[in-house]
Amino acid sequence: MDPKLVISPSPHVHSGFSMTKMMWTVVYAMIPAWLVAVYFFGWGAIYLMGVAVASCLFFEWAISKYILKVPPSLMDGSALITGMLLALNIPTNLPIYIIIIGSLVAIGIGKMSFGGLGQNPFNPALVGRVFMLISFPAAMTTWPLPKALDFSLDGTTGATPLGIIKEGVRNGESVSDLMTQIPPLWELAIGNLGGSMGEISAIAILLGMIYMLYKYTITWHIPISMILTVFVFSGIMHWINPDLYAGPVFHLLTGGLMLGAVFMATDLVTSPMSRKGQLLFGVGAGLLTVVIRTWGAYPEGVSFAILLMNGWVPLINRYMKPKRYGKE
Amino acid sequence: MLKTFPKGGVHPADNKLSANVPIVYPEMLDNETYIIPVSQHLGKPAKVVVKRNDKVKVGTLIAEGDGFISANIHASVSGTVTKIDHQMDSSGYRRMAVSIRKTNDDWEEDIDRSEELVEEINFTAKEIIEKVKKAGVVGLGGATFPSYVKLMVPEGSKAEVLIVNGVECEPYLTADHRLMLEKGEELIIGIRILMKALEVDRAIIGIENNKEDAIEYLKDLCKNNTQISVEGLQVKYPQGGEKQLISALLKKEVPSGKIPVSIGAVVHNVGTVYSVYEAVQKNRPLIDRVVTVTGDSLAHPANYMARIGIPLNRLVALSGGFPEDTGKIISGGPMMGKALNSVDVPITKGTSGILLVADKEAKRRADYDACIRCVACVDVCPAGLEPYLLMTLGEKRLWERANDEDNMECIECGSCSYVCPSERPLLDYIRLSKTNILALKKEQLI
Repeated sequence: MDPKLVISPSPHVHSGFSMTKMMWTVVYAMIPAWLVAVYFFGWGAIYLMGVAVASCLFFEWAISKYILKVPPSLMDGSALITGMLLALNIPTNLPIYIIIIGSLVAIGIGKMSFGGLGQNPFNPALVGRVFMLISFPAAMTTWPLPKALDFSLDGTTGATPLGIIKEGVRNGESVSDLMTQIPPLWELAIGNLGGSMGEISAIAILLGMIYMLYKYTITWHIPISMILTVFVFSGIMHWINPDLYAGPVFHLLTGGLMLGAVFMATDLVTSPMSRKGQLLFGVGAGLLTVVIRTWGAYPEGVSFAILLMNGWVPLINRYMKPKRYGKE
Repeated sequence: MLKTFPKGGVHPADNKLSANVPIVYPEMLDNETYIIPVSQHLGKPAKVVVKRNDKVKVGTLIAEGDGFISANIHASVSGTVTKIDHQMDSSGYRRMAVSIRKTNDDWEEDIDRSEELVEEINFTAKEIIEKVKKAGVVGLGGATFPSYVKLMVPEGSKAEVLIVNGVECEPYLTADHRLMLEKGEELIIGIRILMKALEVDRAIIGIENNKEDAIEYLKDLCKNNTQISVEGLQVKYPQGGEKQLISALLKKEVPSGKIPVSIGAVVHNVGTVYSVYEAVQKNRPLIDRVVTVTGDSLAHPANYMARIGIPLNRLVALSGGFPEDTGKIISGGPMMGKALNSVDVPITKGTSGILLVADKEAKRRADYDACIRCVACVDVCPAGLEPYLLMTLGEKRLWERANDEDNMECIECGSCSYVCPSERPLLDYIRLSKTNILALKKEQLI
């Protein structure tokens, strides 16, 4: 045998498609949403992004090195993405210690406890976010109000559109009266509303989605099925009683729906392993979102809806398999 | 919209370097030794019928098919049998082979060596099948299944359409492409012969549309023939797989565990069809085939009409010799070909190409990343399997579970490993499970 010859089984070529490339695609896709946040929230958006990303990277490194005793893999980009997603999912006026604790929970409980990359059943950033929401309810629901290009350090706070509707309907006011306190729909689409840093601009998020679809990092199945379900379900409710239930377009443009459907529900690790299963996953997340928004204790339900659907994924994978060639 | 198979597939760069290089007929050197293995086909090895020091002519039977699934082997040169012994071949093992030292150029008398095209088919279906069997024709697309067996339609099935596979979806390989361009007329007669043997009145030639010249040429050749049609297909690997080609052309799936003729289809590769023409019309046994010799650093990538048993070295030398940077030698294409552990092996009936891979591209990464559950492997699998899951079951040695998840349905096209962003060796583990499942089945444990 010629010692120089390499023997390996086929295939002998690779597509060049790589995990790092996919991760960077997601990072780039988040930039428009973040830039809108910088425009409306000023320094807060820069500070929040910096703290969340730095803490997530630090905890990933520290847990890998000192607890799991494996070489830290910061270069794969997954901790960076968790940090960015976490930042996009929380308000910009959050105290620094809460962001750090949230990052520890996201990386620690959300990811490393299960064995690290690829092993976690729940979306790490959402685990961090929901932990913060439950532990620091006041801070997590004190929403900064948007103010274009204002880099002064003090800002005003107020309720989100979803919060205004929830509170008002609870007090017996009609939705159409409450809508007068809310900016017009086209302003909601651009992002001129209170909320978590990255969720405000539907248009910026959709730009990110188109980029990820083009790069084949995600497919349409989850975001479209989830958004469409919310649209149809909330549309039916609105049609039944417009005084009690807000309209479908309002549901699409407010709260974390777009951010959740495009960036959180599509998380590769925690979504189903067949396209059919992903459709079911998207529909389930959409239904739960409207149910929680309408009848739950919280005005917003996207995070809970996605985490609940994450929990169903192993069963969805068992039940919804791709069709085998030549078998019924 | 051109047709293609519906589920899965990938688009590797096609790198058909030798697509415009006409087939070269290598000069036969005296005193060169041809090593002819007796097992060049799927099935039982043939039984050697010559002895050491026997004189053989071109076309002399040297090993006889043993049983139903086996094939005759003929001398591809004339000379003296110098050795009947185990020799290294492209399988990577030493296997029984007949070595012949070429001394002259005598041919068996009944072989018609003229250039003349014989159009009229004067044989019955039974005679055709007998001639194909006698000539040792096997599937030249890579599977090397004895061709006559595919012409004997089992009780209860009826052949309805002959599908001729000119897809050649493997990157780099151009042997079938050149054959279609240069032996088109023989090919059409070969198709008519097979149609007669199968008693069908319809044939479809499937060709991917990166070979437009071949599509045009064959369309032109059969423009007056209403029974044979040429279908240009979208370029997508592994369309040359029998099941995928049937799906692409007929929109039907071959049921699991059944053979294609159960849904009326019989598929033969264009190389095989040409050999059938030679066998039936010219009495010429399968003693040569077209082989693509190629590689990014090779001086002259080319296609050779190579006699069976010619040393691989000889063909590479004709193409300019091994490049300095050669790190891997593949028999076949880069997706499904086999890496060779020796350069001293003969060309056999199954050798569609020799691909020389540069050192820096020969090795895989030393490690691989965690599965990030991106679904790419599931998306590209043409068999509808879940490669990520099969790999996990293989790693955990859960053979029974792997079998329940249809591990055995894998056609080993390699699309999953090709696409995996974490470069996980998905197909390696699926193969490991296959071996173990077969062993368990043999002992009737599952």
